[in-house]
Amino acid sequence: MAFIPHTADDIDRMLECIGAKTIDDLFDEIPVALRAGELKLPPAMGEMELGRLLTERATGDGRPVNFIGAGAYEHHIPAPVWAITTRGEFYSAYTPYQAEASQGTLQLIYEYQSMMCALTGMEVSNASLYDGASALAEACLMAVRANRGSISRRILLPRSLNPTYAQVALAIAGNQGIVFESVDFDRSAGRTLLESLQPYTGQDVTALVIQQPNFFGSLEEADELTDWAHQNKILVIAVVNPISLAVLKAPGQWGTRTDSGHGADIVCGEGQPLGVPLASGGPYFGFMTTRMQYVRQMPGRIVGRTVDTEGRPGFSLTLQAREQHIRRSKATSNICTNQGLLVTAATIYMSLMGAAGLQQVAAASLQRTADLVARLSAIAGVKVAFTAARFHEAVLLLDRPVALVLSALARRGILGGLDLSDRYPELGHALLVCATETKLDVDIDAYAAALAEVMQTARAAA
Amino acid sequence: MSDIPNDLRYTKSHEWVRAAPNGAVEIGISQHAQSALGDLVFVEVPEVGRNLQAGEASAVVESVKAASDVYSPVSGKVIAGNPALAAQPELVNQDPYGSGWLFRVQTSAPFDEASLMSAADYAQFLADEAK
Amino acid sequence: MADLPAREPLIFELGKPGRQAGTQFPPRAAGSAEIPAHLRRAVPPALPEVSELQVVRHFTRLSQMNFSIDTHFYPLGSCTMKYNPKACNSFAMLPEFLGLHPLGPEPQGFMACMYELQEMLQEITGMQAVSLTPMAGAQGEFAGVAMIRAYHRARNDLGRTEIIVPQAAHGTNPATAAMCGCSVKEIPCDANGDVDIEALRAAVGPATAGIMLTNPSTLGVFEHKIAEVASIVHEAGGLLYYDGANLNAILGKVRPGDMGFDVIHMNLHKTFSTPHGGGGPGSGAVGVGARLRPFLPIPIVGRDGGRYRWLTERDLPQSIGRLSGFMGNAGVNLRAYVYMRLLGREGMVRVAEFAALNANYLMKRLQAAGYEAAYPTRRASHEFIITLKRENRLYGVTAMDVAKRLLDYGFHAPTTYFPLLVPECLLIEPTETEAKEDLDRFCEAMIAIRREMEHESEKLAAAPHTMPVRRLDDVRAAKQLDLAWKPAA
Repeated sequence: MAFIPHTADDIDRMLECIGAKTIDDLFDEIPVALRAGELKLPPAMGEMELGRLLTERATGDGRPVNFIGAGAYEHHIPAPVWAITTRGEFYSAYTPYQAEASQGTLQLIYEYQSMMCALTGMEVSNASLYDGASALAEACLMAVRANRGSISRRILLPRSLNPTYAQVALAIAGNQGIVFESVDFDRSAGRTLLESLQPYTGQDVTALVIQQPNFFGSLEEADELTDWAHQNKILVIAVVNPISLAVLKAPGQWGTRTDSGHGADIVCGEGQPLGVPLASGGPYFGFMTTRMQYVRQMPGRIVGRTVDTEGRPGFSLTLQAREQHIRRSKATSNICTNQGLLVTAATIYMSLMGAAGLQQVAAASLQRTADLVARLSAIAGVKVAFTAARFHEAVLLLDRPVALVLSALARRGILGGLDLSDRYPELGHALLVCATETKLDVDIDAYAAALAEVMQTARAAA
Repeated sequence: MSDIPNDLRYTKSHEWVRAAPNGAVEIGISQHAQSALGDLVFVEVPEVGRNLQAGEASAVVESVKAASDVYSPVSGKVIAGNPALAAQPELVNQDPYGSGWLFRVQTSAPFDEASLMSAADYAQFLADEAK
Repeated sequence: MADLPAREPLIFELGKPGRQAGTQFPPRAAGSAEIPAHLRRAVPPALPEVSELQVVRHFTRLSQMNFSIDTHFYPLGSCTMKYNPKACNSFAMLPEFLGLHPLGPEPQGFMACMYELQEMLQEITGMQAVSLTPMAGAQGEFAGVAMIRAYHRARNDLGRTEIIVPQAAHGTNPATAAMCGCSVKEIPCDANGDVDIEALRAAVGPATAGIMLTNPSTLGVFEHKIAEVASIVHEAGGLLYYDGANLNAILGKVRPGDMGFDVIHMNLHKTFSTPHGGGGPGSGAVGVGARLRPFLPIPIVGRDGGRYRWLTERDLPQSIGRLSGFMGNAGVNLRAYVYMRLLGREGMVRVAEFAALNANYLMKRLQAAGYEAAYPTRRASHEFIITLKRENRLYGVTAMDVAKRLLDYGFHAPTTYFPLLVPECLLIEPTETEAKEDLDRFCEAMIAIRREMEHESEKLAAAPHTMPVRRLDDVRAAKQLDLAWKPAA
């Protein structure tokens, strides 16, 4: 209880040294009137009985087969990833302020930054942010600082962007006078068309956000959107899935420009697919990379390689003058921590998989989703919503309310996807499904059989 | 005691101003300021053509332990930023009143030298601050 | 003395073209699905090409180059580096918990834990409601100030945009106020480390949105006049925000709600012992009094009858909104839940008691050894400040030198140069989980370092001597930016 090592003798000797009679004397500066009474908390539990309670609670929710994605993706996590990540030397260390006693964490972050630059095709990376959604909010604030030619603080958010990301960007960046305007998507293609951006041509816009693949799993025509933005002096913020970058063009290469101005300006996204479990939505980590010219506008910790007083290579936190502990109210952000432990997991994951392994994960996810969509859309009352090319998610349209279908599937041990009718009422009975490499033929067969049965039963009942 | 040239005017935020006869002025930070900041690692100067108001944050000087705004002591249009500082921010440390100048401004109205401190006043100001 | 491994090559330097950890690759799926050519990646990313054993060995070795709570005494002030119980991690990593998709059906077992966590935090802080979604202390601060703004706006009191912070405040406080579109007014502290009441009276007015305070303050002492501060700010129409950085000091002894605070963020990674993970993930749950309840960030766990459900914008239409993609750092919150259940009512009170005992004992012993406490007439809270301004004058040594030398003696350094108000300071927080013998060993190291100051101060100036690297060239790091490895062209 409370993990206190003190013996009665220790306490006596320590109080004697302090010159206090009781431990309670140490609190004599707190006004008596403010003192707390007894707390209404449950009594202490031993590890054994608490383990039993938590195991009951965990298992009570079952382990259904999951076909939901929508920003959190189930991938295989190699055994070494968390075996090493939870080593006490990583798990119980603090932010590497004392560089000499934190070279392990610092070198790991440097390796992480290198990998994220390689994946996204950008020049610099920070040491991570909280999650994908809040990383986009930070990217919007950063774009306002970086786009010196723009004074409008106007940022274009496609409606094909994950709607929660738009909500988070508004909640975090909205207090600073940033105006978010939404850009509609094409109903048949399921992606953003260049035409829908035309009203903004020639106007003062700070940044355009492009999510690739977008919330529907559709692939945006990133090159033409990027070209349009750059022609109009608008910065491009890319929101990307890191696994997809093994097969999709890196944001650093977006656009058809051939000079140094090609590519997205800021890249961010959710790092969870890289070795982090679903775990009810967190902790995950957000990543962010950019061009060298914007490095001082980037929020969050950054690790650099330098040398020590004897000329040996070593690593330390750098560019700290941008940060809150020095710059206070003029800092790039109030962020202090990154998500160090999740970055540790992701760095180990990327090292194990390499480019070849990631490519295989991405290709298998692509194929599994294609298989799933083919099987499900062959069922009466189910069709594919959009024509655009896809990565590992797709929107299906049902001929009846999705919620009822999903709960019938859940009773059969299948999480059938995400009901979009709240988020996109204009799409009707829309269902977002996802299959990663973890879904084998047997799972897809089971889903198809269950959905066919559910749809048939529903039709028969009607 | 810090080196404080007599031919310059100074601000309480440690900028110096060198007036030229045609209404152009050169602006930098004082010996005291550079020494307080320590080794500079980055300097950002304003773009040419930008209109500045007196007291506006116009440049940034950054060391490992601090980043400070540099406030323009005068109003006017930026006619030059010191191009050497991008590659050699240490010039501000080595020669704050010479090759470490930050930017030049064409003032709109003739600039009122009396609004700023003389070298003697600035020396007194520093001495008071140190107390 | 500390003994860490020397240099480890970069993972990229260990690789060879064609080497793989193939066991981890998924089976190839038969089929013809393809990305259209113009959207496809042309050149594979430059990631390492290494075997599984190489990966395991490399990252294990890197881990051994760290100090951590599991390996070293880590008295880092303001960070509460106490033992992170292993059970918290084991139970949070039960496979069924890890497998929960955040958008799946509301998981009753997991949500029961979150609901009870909300209730326990509410009770401990004396607040009316809690939201667990902020993902770190700084985001909890953001949520707190954003709620204060939303409260004034909802009352159409639009001129309240000033946030008052004491000079000793953590840098996140002013940075947060700025992120919320507020301006910052700093007020001084008096010689005892308390807020300067006259300066506060002068600072409040019709523009005051609120004040951000830590109590005990960052100076390591309890703010005596907290009741007076609360009434001055409330009478001026502002609200009080409690930065929970130092909650460990008062757990079960006094509650922020009873002190008059309207909103609080808690650092679950400090007080409730979730891991710091080399700099995150944290969790910055917020608690509020009745006035701010409608503005809490969503989602929150609610209970209807016997069922738990997520409260969303439908239930809290005035919410400041969502701060994370799903529901914050759920797994961190689960670890905090396990910790609180292990401690229970009786354990929770002992946390503050023994944190105070250890801090006051260590302060007295260091004073006896000749070190100067910054606030010698005050009780230490769970931490205290030593100032080396005299040693700096006499021997030319700095707080940084002592910090680096402590590493050689096998102790993580205390926090240095924070708060900025105290020259050459060390902010020392031993926490309640350290045994007397470890505190004594730390004192002996400080005594030995004191001897070195007097007789061989060059040893301090050059420290550390036994780490994988000596002091690093920070100027070069910031000037010649090397932020990523690149393959040879």
